[in-house]
Amino acid sequence: MTTTLGAYDDVLDRYAPVLGLETHVELGTATKLFCGCSTAFGAPPNTQVCPTCLGLPGSLPVTNEAAIEFTVKIGLALHCEIATWCRFARKNYFYPDMPKDYQVSQYDEPLCTDGYLDVVVGGEAFRVEIERVHLEEDTGKSLHVGGATGRIHGATHSLVDYNRAGIPLVEIVTRPVQGTGHKAAEVARAYVTELRDVLRDLGVSDVRMEQGSLRCDVNLSLMPAGATQLGTRTETKNVNSLRSVERAVRHEVERQGARLDAGERVVQETRHFHEDSGTTSPGRSKEEAQDYRYFPEPDLVPLAPARELVEGLRATLPEPPSVRRAAFAEVNGFTAIDLEQMVNAGVLDLVGETIAAGASPTKSKGWWLGYLVGRANELDVEVSELAITVAQVARISELEDSGELTNKLARQVADAVIAGEGDVDAVIESHGWKVAGEDELIVAVDAALAAQPDIAAKIRDGNQGAVGPIVGAVMKATGGAADATRARELILERAS
Amino acid sequence: MPDTNPAPVADGGPPALTRDDVARLAHLARIDLSDAELDHLAPQLAVILESVAEVSQVAADDIPPSSHALAMQNVFRADEVRSCLTPQEALAGAPQVDQQRFSVPRILGEEQ
Repeated sequence: MTTTLGAYDDVLDRYAPVLGLETHVELGTATKLFCGCSTAFGAPPNTQVCPTCLGLPGSLPVTNEAAIEFTVKIGLALHCEIATWCRFARKNYFYPDMPKDYQVSQYDEPLCTDGYLDVVVGGEAFRVEIERVHLEEDTGKSLHVGGATGRIHGATHSLVDYNRAGIPLVEIVTRPVQGTGHKAAEVARAYVTELRDVLRDLGVSDVRMEQGSLRCDVNLSLMPAGATQLGTRTETKNVNSLRSVERAVRHEVERQGARLDAGERVVQETRHFHEDSGTTSPGRSKEEAQDYRYFPEPDLVPLAPARELVEGLRATLPEPPSVRRAAFAEVNGFTAIDLEQMVNAGVLDLVGETIAAGASPTKSKGWWLGYLVGRANELDVEVSELAITVAQVARISELEDSGELTNKLARQVADAVIAGEGDVDAVIESHGWKVAGEDELIVAVDAALAAQPDIAAKIRDGNQGAVGPIVGAVMKATGGAADATRARELILERAS
Repeated sequence: MPDTNPAPVADGGPPALTRDDVARLAHLARIDLSDAELDHLAPQLAVILESVAEVSQVAADDIPPSSHALAMQNVFRADEVRSCLTPQEALAGAPQVDQQRFSVPRILGEEQ
């Protein structure tokens, strides 16, 4: 079945989008939420389990104090109110990813409520309101066997590893975000990016989306422009990269827009995101929503974070990313627009590290924002996952500065490094890439002028604008190895 | 985000528990009850609830509701790693083991 899509901007001319984001963050505590099992990632299956996280009879949970402190810190950094008294609740469901047949979570008494996070997109500030921040335990990992795609559908049985079961997981839920208009997809991405940076600066999680320690569910609905009644929303689960957050919003806008235009209704349902195609497909219908029978967890006593503890934690909060970034921009001479572009493209840290590795701020920014982000998009990967290190970018930039590589050659070198051909200097050596020497350049300039005598005549008459095509011809003749500035000088000199 | 939950019990009176409620709870708990069992158990559960609800008659306004038998709060553990079970111990009770994992029947529902 093919899905009809509207064009994103066209849909948003006629419908107002309403976003909602639910983000799950695995906390970076040493041990699980209710037992002393290690939380280290990547251990062999079922080696980090004990009677408590396996739900064996007679075991009892005891809350990890660090997990409570981390959650309070997250709440404070997001400008939330911290509960003076709250409880864990049991969420009952039958699914083998939780061996107890319930998950300890929080229901109507979350630890933190009513906060916000500000983001900037296209010079415009958006305040994303946070409804709640609560603490729960993560589930085990299921491997579905026998199906064609590793998904549940068609599987004959499932294999479960409980190493992840019981790791503290914080859920951050926004209120509906309205008024984003055409910037909906970018605001969603900017929010998750900003949230990731806040969490990383707090030191409460390693926030690695590719390892699943930061996962996002994207809610989206459309309503006719000018309407006040919210439309029917869908919830796209487990969107696991910043790029995917933006793509998932775009896709749902286009899909829902086409349905509404055709006079069909949007079905309230959970949808799955497909990384390969950037599309979503239906999952469980929300209309048959489960009854989880939440009730206060009888095996745990209530939490009552002391005000002294809360204020003590508030005093340890690092400065917000926006302040840190402003200082970074100031030191390196970046404008507010530069900064926003780098933040929202997810390259600010990479630019900072490239500068630290010895490249100039302008060149560092230019390489990441002006070239490598585009390459990452072409290769369909996150820019941080490109197979090139900041040290390699700094080295290429250094060779460009010293005149040993032209910009064109430098990009070829970067491409070769990304393609896995080797380190910077090895790639240059193996391809024999070097800037054309003066003699070679003169030959190329003379040939280019002779080939286009009418343009040469214009240059002779003082028309500097005519130089461009000749520079282009020289570049082509030298395979991009000509120094454009020197070529320009030579053209003016040799034409007269 | 929390989904549906039964409406909270109003203060004072015991909740009315119908035969349909019991049938629904049995389904949610994956207990297969016959009609005869429902006829037998539904009135019994109602009696149990009524008996427990008598507590609310002695609870004065100055006694806050409690979900725990002990008047305690903030019981914590330091974030220190303790030794775990070996995988052999952990999997000892599993009906089936494959690739050092618990092998379970095909999952029909959706991930939560």
